[in-house]
Amino acid sequence: MASLDDLKKRITSVKSTQKITKAMKMVAAAKLKRAQDSAEKGRPYSEKMNNIILNLSSGISDKETAPKLLSGSGKEQVYLCVVLTSDRGLCGGFNANIIKKAKSFFGKLNKEGKELKIITVGSKGNDQLKRVYGNKIIENISFKNSKNANYFDAEKVGKIIIEKFQKEEFDICTIFYNQFKNVITQIPQAQQIIPLNTKSDDQNNSEDNYEFEPDEDEILSNLLPKNISTQIFKAMLENSASEQGARMSAMDNATRNAGEMVDKLTIEYNRSRQAAITKELIEIISGAESL
Amino acid sequence: MSDEFKIEIVNPEKSFLSKEDVNEVVVPAFEGEMGILKDHISIISFLKPGIITIQAKSGEEKYYVEDGIIEFKNNTLSILTSYILNLKDIEKNKLLELLKNAEEESNKPEISDQLKYLADQKVETLKSIN
Repeated sequence: MASLDDLKKRITSVKSTQKITKAMKMVAAAKLKRAQDSAEKGRPYSEKMNNIILNLSSGISDKETAPKLLSGSGKEQVYLCVVLTSDRGLCGGFNANIIKKAKSFFGKLNKEGKELKIITVGSKGNDQLKRVYGNKIIENISFKNSKNANYFDAEKVGKIIIEKFQKEEFDICTIFYNQFKNVITQIPQAQQIIPLNTKSDDQNNSEDNYEFEPDEDEILSNLLPKNISTQIFKAMLENSASEQGARMSAMDNATRNAGEMVDKLTIEYNRSRQAAITKELIEIISGAESL
Repeated sequence: MSDEFKIEIVNPEKSFLSKEDVNEVVVPAFEGEMGILKDHISIISFLKPGIITIQAKSGEEKYYVEDGIIEFKNNTLSILTSYILNLKDIEKNKLLELLKNAEEESNKPEISDQLKYLADQKVETLKSIN
């Protein structure tokens, strides 16, 4: 059995770990609120953007001349996957879930004989993917220095993607991120952003006759790149809310586990302390008897 | 009948402004300034760098934008923009910094005509504020 001193040391170390996890939980809870707020505030922008694009694309008569970002390059051979993860660890299954989702998608592509290219955003995803898919990763972007998800970072990622699309380096682009549902549940999502999926539920807004200035094509070709940045920004916002949520519940669990461990160790400590006392008593008594 | 309509300005971070008592809005549309009154035809257009002027019952407000998309429909004007500043709160230093950046951009040699035009617009607008 471990000596009393050892047990005492272990109890103190578990207790200090507990303090750390508790603090991390509080920090995550505070950040979660902010992240959730900004995720909610960011929604109107991406929704409006989506609506306008839907209206526009339904107004486009000739699919042939439509911008390539909307209609695709006509091929389905090279897939670009943008995997958005966090830069920090200790957030439960947050990163693992995205990676799992992405990997199953990669596996499917492999079977179909498609070519795969990966961009990772966030260092954790890069760490996990580079072991198996190291040669497929063409770019690794990390925003360690920016505190919150901001639009300029998203724009940077968007610009890289569009540049690669214009050079015809890929045909289809999908982004992977966690959608924030609540603190305990985050749903890993795969969303195709190029070509844009315009076949969402048909609203009967065909009666709106818009006037366009300049014409539809020009507006669309201006709007679509922005939409990509917007979609990425939305994913980043959802991701940051999810990350804090996942971290909060992970740290809550860790704090609880540490508490249990302290209880168990304390019982063991008391037991061995009593055993030592009893042993000493027996020694004294038997010593006195022998006199 | 009142001549008021609704305006909503959203940027990626949040809903920037929402007003119900607007009489007239002048926006810097890509092909020239455009004034919008109540019962304007449904329109979609995009913006170049410039000043948005909002005439409301509660007074006149001016905003500086760098880009954006506007949609007018059913007497609601939605403006989506990635960068917007209220002229009232704009600080001198910030303004000079923006101006410097814009001038640098417009003086780049390899810039395309359209980008050059946009950068020049930016410089001009910022100078006019100054």
